[in-house]
Amino acid sequence: MELYNFTIEDARAAIKKGEISPVELSEAVFKRIEAVDSRVHAFITLNKQAALKAAKEISPDTRHGLPGIPVAIKDNICTEGLKTTCASRMLEDFIPPYESTVTKKLKEQGCVLIGKTNLDEFAMGSSTENSAFGHTKNPWDLARVPGGSSGGSAAAVAADMCIAALGSDTGGSIRQPASFSGVVGLKPTYGRVSRYGLVAFASSLDQIGPITKNVKDAAILLNAISGHDLCDSTSANLAVPDFTSVLGRDIKGMKLGIPNEYFREGMDREVEQSVTQAIRHLESLGAIPIEISLPHTGYAVAAYYILATSEASSNLARYDGVKYGLRVEGKDLLDMYMNTREAGFGAEVKRRIILGTYALSSGYYDAYYRKAQQVRTLIKQDFEKAFEKVDVIVTPTAPTPAFKAGEKTDDPLQMYLADIFTISVNLAGVPGISLPCGFTSANLPVGLQMIGKHFDEETILKAAYAYEQSTDWHMKKPDFKEVESKK
Amino acid sequence: MNYEAVIGLEIHAQLLTESKMFCGCSTKFGSEPNTQTCPVCIGMPGVLPVANRKAIEYVIKTGLAVNCTIAPYSRFARKNYFYPDLPKGYQISQYELPICEHGFVKITANGETREIGLTRIHLEEDAGKNIHEGAGSHSLVDLNRAGTPLMEIVSEPDIRSPLEAAEFVKKLRAMVRYIGVCDGNMEQGSLRCDANVSIRPVGQKEFGTKTEIKNMNSFKYVEKALDYEIKRQIKILNEGGRIIQETRLWNTAKGITESMRSKEEAHDYRYFPDPDLVPVKVDDQWIEQLKSQLVELPDARRQRFTSQYGLPEQDAELLTSERAIAEWFEQAVKLGGDPKSVSNWMMGEFMRLLNEEGKQIEESELRPAQLVGLLKMIDQNIISGKIAKTVFEEMYKTGKEADVIVKQKGLVQVSDEGEIEKIVNEILEKNPKEVERFRAGEEKLLGFFAGQIMKATKGKANPKVLNELLKKKLSS
Repeated sequence: MELYNFTIEDARAAIKKGEISPVELSEAVFKRIEAVDSRVHAFITLNKQAALKAAKEISPDTRHGLPGIPVAIKDNICTEGLKTTCASRMLEDFIPPYESTVTKKLKEQGCVLIGKTNLDEFAMGSSTENSAFGHTKNPWDLARVPGGSSGGSAAAVAADMCIAALGSDTGGSIRQPASFSGVVGLKPTYGRVSRYGLVAFASSLDQIGPITKNVKDAAILLNAISGHDLCDSTSANLAVPDFTSVLGRDIKGMKLGIPNEYFREGMDREVEQSVTQAIRHLESLGAIPIEISLPHTGYAVAAYYILATSEASSNLARYDGVKYGLRVEGKDLLDMYMNTREAGFGAEVKRRIILGTYALSSGYYDAYYRKAQQVRTLIKQDFEKAFEKVDVIVTPTAPTPAFKAGEKTDDPLQMYLADIFTISVNLAGVPGISLPCGFTSANLPVGLQMIGKHFDEETILKAAYAYEQSTDWHMKKPDFKEVESKK
Repeated sequence: MNYEAVIGLEIHAQLLTESKMFCGCSTKFGSEPNTQTCPVCIGMPGVLPVANRKAIEYVIKTGLAVNCTIAPYSRFARKNYFYPDLPKGYQISQYELPICEHGFVKITANGETREIGLTRIHLEEDAGKNIHEGAGSHSLVDLNRAGTPLMEIVSEPDIRSPLEAAEFVKKLRAMVRYIGVCDGNMEQGSLRCDANVSIRPVGQKEFGTKTEIKNMNSFKYVEKALDYEIKRQIKILNEGGRIIQETRLWNTAKGITESMRSKEEAHDYRYFPDPDLVPVKVDDQWIEQLKSQLVELPDARRQRFTSQYGLPEQDAELLTSERAIAEWFEQAVKLGGDPKSVSNWMMGEFMRLLNEEGKQIEESELRPAQLVGLLKMIDQNIISGKIAKTVFEEMYKTGKEADVIVKQKGLVQVSDEGEIEKIVNEILEKNPKEVERFRAGEEKLLGFFAGQIMKATKGKANPKVLNELLKKKLSS
């Protein structure tokens, strides 16, 4: 095993024992990036110099919880002094003068920020094809997308170009790329992790979370970034448990809700098979599958695209060329605004700003925004009712494995349906995890989604860990020689 | 046709908090441009607002003072529009669920007291300032003011005349100053007022088409602008025209209102609840706590001033119109000043001198103890009431104590009969003709003699002693 193959757990143990130094580990990771990333293109910005300097300053006998762990950060999370572009021309040269709460916490624990990963512009997309700085490829098949919007982070973890990564999830942007890329992705409960410094897409849905090589690493990273933050009034003032403490407990008698709305036509047959088998496997570990209904599932995508775009239309108004970022001069103020936003935003971002502006317009508000909020409440109640009967809800993460690059770029609606199983979780604000549960005949990873109650990440982590530890899907690695030859 | 005006007012009051509405930056006025800013108030990507609890408390206090219902649950909303002084491209304000609703204030105009309803009071953030001078072809933006807390008070369309409108603004200005939530400075813009005004034939229930009037930055201009606008609207209707719904600016220099933008050009602000901020929840305990912190309000204080100090209604009204005046008065009384005398001096000389300088009472250095010292010297016959006016003015200007001024200027009243008698004799001897005329019945000449004597004593003669002596001499 190479150093870059390490999980957080491996790396932490090796560094604490003095077997390797933080610098050696970071160097190994950068070497791997140099070898692989020209093909995958997971990173927008590398932070090599500063990362190695930081690694040097971490001593092995440190009190740091995560000494010298190389972590990749999605490029919509602000890092002080390090370019944060959101994969947009608008912020191509933007260097934040402040640190996001999550990266501040990671640095305090000794993590080394190795670089900023690619994404769909402003996190709007499901394939990382909407980046102004090039597509990210799926390490399992370079002709395919890694999912999105946190495709760069998922691909970086899958290709061992970091030990772990942070992503953000507004409608599935952590879980869907984790599923496509064969890694673990966790979207915490809304409010569990501070959003301070996360460039907002849809503020009521956005949540930062870990993308890792296994479930335990997800728990370790979640420990590091969770907690109340005075800078984010929507972060919950709740005690944060040690998410690793429940790992390894058995799941005998755990009730698994299987929503029938998630197993209907349109789903890829191989995905369905893998997920069905995974449920059977969980049953063999003592869990009890129970068929449930989440009756308003069919309205989730529609409600989501009204609420998320409405918020986005307002959140992205600040990119006006006046204060920072791109400015394209014009003959007057209005002209400058229009030139700047025309040149600065990509097609999908523009589409969503226009959709959201429309939905909030006078005369349409009640028909769209207010109605969508009501649907959101119903979806939330669906989950509340379901969780009266079950402990965890189990579904596929996405209806298909990774699709081919360019396959859906001309059909936004098809692209939006890639998030059909993940969107409800954001609308309800509950936590969800995606973990590998099999491979298709084309050797593409399939993801299993587990959804928990509000602020009960522990139960889904416990179930996911039990599944993972009794299977070996997470041990499989993409073989770059193999994917090369496929081309 | 006879028309009546229908006026509703919107008042924006800058709250006297130390820090801004959603970040920790200072709200100090007049600093170098863009020195009181941070990533939050300049709208950097990824930063988040955190509501200022003090500002919320100030709005609740105001609501309590003007008889509002305090909402147990209210929300911030985003008002979306593009402008360079608005860094986020939206203003955080309140829309569907404001903090306070359904209040009223009583105003008196032309001897009639009426209740004016308040629709709502809500909290929002101010914008920055665009500067167009001195930058060549560019405009500059100063974001020091961006994000400072503003309270918006909206009245019902209950106001019927420009005078009532001015009284309403006065009343609310006094109120916010009283409870210490806003300094009420209209020239500097910490209190701003917009009006919605329409006219309708007397007796008609439906409202006419309204115009919105902005930029009235004093009571006087509120009255003048509305007066102008009402006449303008009447003229249009009388000439068979139609009122256009639009926003108009009061032009102080020209004394007219001018069209700024029509309804068609009006923004669609696309209000929606701000997802970055949690709802404001106010429980009874919080309200009770704020109630207990609330100072005695003008109406209650006025009543107390009449009952406790025996002051006439008019005195009590003026003395309680401003908290600082009321407190100055009560301090003077506490230090032993006779309430009616203190009131007379404050309403007379003190206000005259303040008005001459255009000063507020709290800007004056004169302390209540000084007035009480002066009153004692009058009571003890050390100086005459007339001299006291000179002394008061000197106290006001120099800040010296009354007794020091009296001593330095030799203003002690002469009450010694022998001394005064000497002077009386001198004057009478000098003016034999007048003495004759007086004795022939021309009694008003008594004043002439008294004046001559006062002149000779530089006003120091005790008027009572003087008058008695004079009468005695002239009748003998």
